[in-house]
Amino acid sequence: MSLHTLTIAELSRKLRAREVSSVELTRACLKRIEEHNKPLNAFLTVTAESALAEAGSADRQLAAGGAGPLTGIPIAHKDIFCTDGVRTSCGSRMLDNFVAPYDATVVARLKAAGTVMLGKLNMDEFAMGSSNETSYYGPVANPWDRSRVPGGSSGGSAAAVSARLIPAATGTDTGGSIRQPAALTGLTGFKPTYGRVSRYGMIAFASSLDQAGVLTRSVEDAAILLEAFAGFDPADSTSVNEPVPPYTTLLEQPLKGVKIGLLKEFFDKGLEEATGSCVRAALEVCRKLGAELKEVSLPNLPLSVPTYYVVAPAECSSNLSRFDGVRFGHRCQDPKDLMDLYKRSRGEGFGAEVKRRIMTGTYVLSAGYYDAYYLKAQKVRALINEDFRRAFREVDVLMGPTAPTPAFAIGAKVDDPITMYLNDIYTIGANLAGLPAMSVPCGLVGGLPVGLQIIGPHFAEAKILNVGHRYQRETDWHRRIPRGYE
Amino acid sequence: MSNLTRKEVEAIAHLARLAITEAEMPVVVKSLSSILAFVEQLNAAKTEGVEPMAHPLEGQTQRLRPDAVTEADAHEKYQKNAPQVEAGLYLVPKVIE
Repeated sequence: MSLHTLTIAELSRKLRAREVSSVELTRACLKRIEEHNKPLNAFLTVTAESALAEAGSADRQLAAGGAGPLTGIPIAHKDIFCTDGVRTSCGSRMLDNFVAPYDATVVARLKAAGTVMLGKLNMDEFAMGSSNETSYYGPVANPWDRSRVPGGSSGGSAAAVSARLIPAATGTDTGGSIRQPAALTGLTGFKPTYGRVSRYGMIAFASSLDQAGVLTRSVEDAAILLEAFAGFDPADSTSVNEPVPPYTTLLEQPLKGVKIGLLKEFFDKGLEEATGSCVRAALEVCRKLGAELKEVSLPNLPLSVPTYYVVAPAECSSNLSRFDGVRFGHRCQDPKDLMDLYKRSRGEGFGAEVKRRIMTGTYVLSAGYYDAYYLKAQKVRALINEDFRRAFREVDVLMGPTAPTPAFAIGAKVDDPITMYLNDIYTIGANLAGLPAMSVPCGLVGGLPVGLQIIGPHFAEAKILNVGHRYQRETDWHRRIPRGYE
Repeated sequence: MSNLTRKEVEAIAHLARLAITEAEMPVVVKSLSSILAFVEQLNAAKTEGVEPMAHPLEGQTQRLRPDAVTEADAHEKYQKNAPQVEAGLYLVPKVIE
């Protein structure tokens, strides 16, 4: 019996039935990491010793009978989440030596729920990228074809879960960084509503867009994890004080009468034909389950990418000013004065894409250009938001593709930032409007996974999970395992 | 305004406190120019009378809390990550002669 192919829900039943111990399960995962991580480059840090200690205490809790659904379940965190006493690099040379002095709320809540942390996962530097190629620690390979990217920025999370090294991982999504890698590696990737999950201890990129979520092998697992870490946190001033519904108990509702909007603008000329066919087939499955399909147009949505590439860099230029070579992070050798210290520490500590975004942001916020770029983008953002609001008066959820093509080759888009940015054309809208959204596997094209995206109104996590779960009950795309990782 | 000059890029880099090397400069000039040209499509959108949107959730206001100390002093732990510290203070090159 191979433990590594099971979902959290399945493992949880085995742990509570005492068919397997958390220590055994943790050892099995560590062995998988040992065997497969090197060519994938998914893990940056493996915390074997503390993991076995945590597994031991989970086993004691399981024996005592006080176990929850996550007690003893191994997971790993994107290296953007602060982990007390464990290096937190954010994929950057800037934080190569940074040992976080406290746990992020997401980390703390998952720890309290009994999960076992196996380590920290590779990512695009400061979450800026769509291919995991901007990491200071090198690219991550896609388990479905190691010459291809796993997507980004949560590329290490995607590769580790897809290759069956761990059952689930955390991720963050500012412009698609959970959903796009989930699509490209055949996983379920969930980004909750803005403010639903605490961002305390999650290194900031663009504060009006960032949100934490998960990459899993089933919608049910996403619901289990979300239930454990969503909810109000006084330590995050953008956290929303709304009750967290019991997502796992709402998964089975029938789809009869659910109104699904097909996002007209997502079936555009940029969408690869075979990818589009998989998505259309998935919509047909939902229709057969009783859902009503209806085409919906959001005319301003095609402006999402240019809007994002003003708003996100502006916010990043401000957020990343904290890296000054004084309090933490990289410091240059022999600075001749304070200005030299700032400039060289930052110039050396940040990679090319991060510097590009900081400078774009600095420019669009600078005197004389603020109105033309930043204010204009915030107005277009309002138009996109209004498009979504109008659509949700008519439908319960919106559906379309997650990414325009399956995974592309490592190196194919690194020299052209605009081509790379356009890979997030279908995911960015949900971030601009702060909406919850999920990607679920819906087919294979040339042996590579394709994702179906489900977007809902604010705080409609339960409905998205319900629709995705019912779809997964009818299909087995989410159970497909990349060759060599069975 | 989309074709930036090297001089303009140097000014932006200075504002952003980033040292850009000679080798990096040509790529930076070219890619920043192409990004600005790309975002100029926004000019086509009609936005007269539209309120700029700074926050994705409406009606959210910043919470206030009582002005009381809630954190324990952990500066020694935090300063372990600092490049240079002495007597609990962060060290930087001399600022005032």
